[in-house]
Amino acid sequence: MTLITNVRPYGEDAVDIRITDGRITEIGPGLAGDDDVVDGGGLVALPGLVDLHTHLREPGREDAETVETGSRAAALGGFTAVHAMANTDPVADTAGVVEQVWRLGQEAGLVDVVPVGAVTVGLRGERLAELGAMADSAARVRVFSDDGHCVADPALMRRALEYVKALDGVVAQHAEEPRLTVGAQMNEGDRSARLGLAGWPAAAEEAVIARDVLLAGHVGARLHVCHVSTAGSVDILRWAKSRGVQVTAEVTPHHLLLTDECAETYDPVFKVNPPLRSDADVQALRAGLADGTIDAVATDHAPHAVEDKESEWASARPGMLGLEQALSIVVQTMVEPGLLDWRGVADRMSVRPAAIGRLAGHGRPLAVGEPANLLLLDPTHRATVDPAALASRSRNSPYAGRELPGRVVATFLRGTATVLDGKAQK
Amino acid sequence: MKRHLLEAGDLDRADATLVLDTAGQIESALAGREVKKLPTLRGRTVVNLFYEDSTRTRISFELAAKRLSADVINFSAKGSSVSKGESLKDTALTLEAMGADGIVVRHGASGAPHRLATWVKGSVVNAGDGTHEHPTQALLDAYTIRQRLGRLDGVRVVVVGDVLHSRVARSNVWLLSTLGAEVTLVAPPTLLPVGVGSWPVAVSYDLDAVLPKADVVMMLRVQAERMNASFFPSAREYSRRYGLDARRMAVLPDHAIVMHPGPMNRGMEIAAEVADSARSTIVDQVGNGVSVRMAVLYLLLGGAPE
Ligand SMILES: [Zn+2]
Repeated sequence: MTLITNVRPYGEDAVDIRITDGRITEIGPGLAGDDDVVDGGGLVALPGLVDLHTHLREPGREDAETVETGSRAAALGGFTAVHAMANTDPVADTAGVVEQVWRLGQEAGLVDVVPVGAVTVGLRGERLAELGAMADSAARVRVFSDDGHCVADPALMRRALEYVKALDGVVAQHAEEPRLTVGAQMNEGDRSARLGLAGWPAAAEEAVIARDVLLAGHVGARLHVCHVSTAGSVDILRWAKSRGVQVTAEVTPHHLLLTDECAETYDPVFKVNPPLRSDADVQALRAGLADGTIDAVATDHAPHAVEDKESEWASARPGMLGLEQALSIVVQTMVEPGLLDWRGVADRMSVRPAAIGRLAGHGRPLAVGEPANLLLLDPTHRATVDPAALASRSRNSPYAGRELPGRVVATFLRGTATVLDGKAQK
Repeated sequence: MKRHLLEAGDLDRADATLVLDTAGQIESALAGREVKKLPTLRGRTVVNLFYEDSTRTRISFELAAKRLSADVINFSAKGSSVSKGESLKDTALTLEAMGADGIVVRHGASGAPHRLATWVKGSVVNAGDGTHEHPTQALLDAYTIRQRLGRLDGVRVVVVGDVLHSRVARSNVWLLSTLGAEVTLVAPPTLLPVGVGSWPVAVSYDLDAVLPKADVVMMLRVQAERMNASFFPSAREYSRRYGLDARRMAVLPDHAIVMHPGPMNRGMEIAAEVADSARSTIVDQVGNGVSVRMAVLYLLLGGAPE
């Protein structure tokens, strides 16, 4: 049994929390008499975070990340569950591969690793993968995505949306009309014109989202839009939700903070897909997350080996690390400016992503009888990001040298501390 | 001046003028000499690091460095370890170890010279990167305009053609506006970048409308592959709307000059009779390129060795 003393659930009044057999069994002031006592020191307690969009790179690129190193990074970031994207090598498009990833997550034991299944065989966008087999496997896949690629064929996208209805699943779309982004390197606009880097127009994302919400509405299926990056996308989502379309969406921490100004360095650590956008887009994304048009923050944690990033911009792989700083970025961009309170953070980073992924046991309130998945945060702590100190096997953090608020002091997965005093417990 | 010349924006008005003046002095110093060589960079090493074929630019830089008595190493990426996957950074560190004082780099990726500059101690000169910039081309263009027209301030320059993919156009836009010229870009909208509205230039889709007031017409090369990608319907239509032929040349003011960075598609963006006319500065541009590049290398590397 564990007793966490003097913590503030959702930033509210300080209480003690008793955990027994992985569940919260008592909440109140002045509890006493447990084996393990963790001094909460007045920290904010939140439900364990759930990431809908993590690249763990295993199998295939274990030099960039493994399920274990990625799980450790996740736990340090306050996560208790992460969805592992399907663009591994081999692609997670069969029951065998998703079960392998799921099992590796169980063995690491730091977070629940929930595999995402590919929508199409080999992410090639030609024919559906065996979605039912993945759903029925030990990994219980409910989120299907060709992320990294867009399911661009509208007829195939319609079929995917229809088919996953039988699985209580959701298609998570990487919205990018590929014919509009041939050779694209950064946000298309003033800066791409000057820097001579081929532009990725906002319309290439917005056109696909508009098409997909119409399809999802037509067939009555669940659609999730990955890493929304433009103000126009937020408008389309707002419209679709007002019409009753079952659509959800996520935004990444980096799209909440960084703009295409970062590309001026030509440092590929800032190259990401979709690209960093304009300041006006960033403001619209924050507003969309605040009013719930955007349901979730998802990291799109994308580790890359040094040689894939330390190059000229055009030949570098897109992607950034995100797990360990996600909550800090949300504190800086949403909490400190007053756009979200702690209940709002719990909603966007735990409750709603768990609901989208159909994860029972995660995204639950901090209440008696619930699974003890939670984190303790010191929101006042500020520190400068040092990529060398990250738990990820890769170093491609766009936040290097930035001072960020918020430190995850502890994370508990079903009552077991995976992080204590800011250190991973395995 | 800054340590590197990566883009036209690295030069303020004073620096840009200094380069042009220095090029003029070098030209006078060498005029009439039998041996066209100055001892200025003796003992210095300049590497021409070319990831893209461009014989004329490479030779121009090579000649410039040799006329300043520098040791020159030509490092072509073709057939070297680079084509076997050696990274730009590894190459940079190798050149650094060889003691390169200056690296002249041509690369197909925009921003590659900027990356290089973060890894080496020597000076980096951008000899063309992707669709970004080609600053010494803009300097030689400015030098040529000043030579022909006597000034740059207030000169009306019309740049015609594939601005979207042209590093020459980008460098000229920034350098010429720094030097007080008024630049108008003329192209079909498909060949103008989204965001061009934030540049210090005027934009027109109508070549005939701007020619009567132009002091300089700078034609850009049109790549054949643009046609297949539907940037415009056909070579014929492009040539009819945006090509410079004798009829259009006749509309220009008497003093106006015609420029082209080369190599030209004769009959496409420029008619042969225009390219070979007295208004054409195309041959001057090539010669001035060497003087201007000498000036750049001299100003970047000419200080006493550390
Ligand atoms: Zn994606």
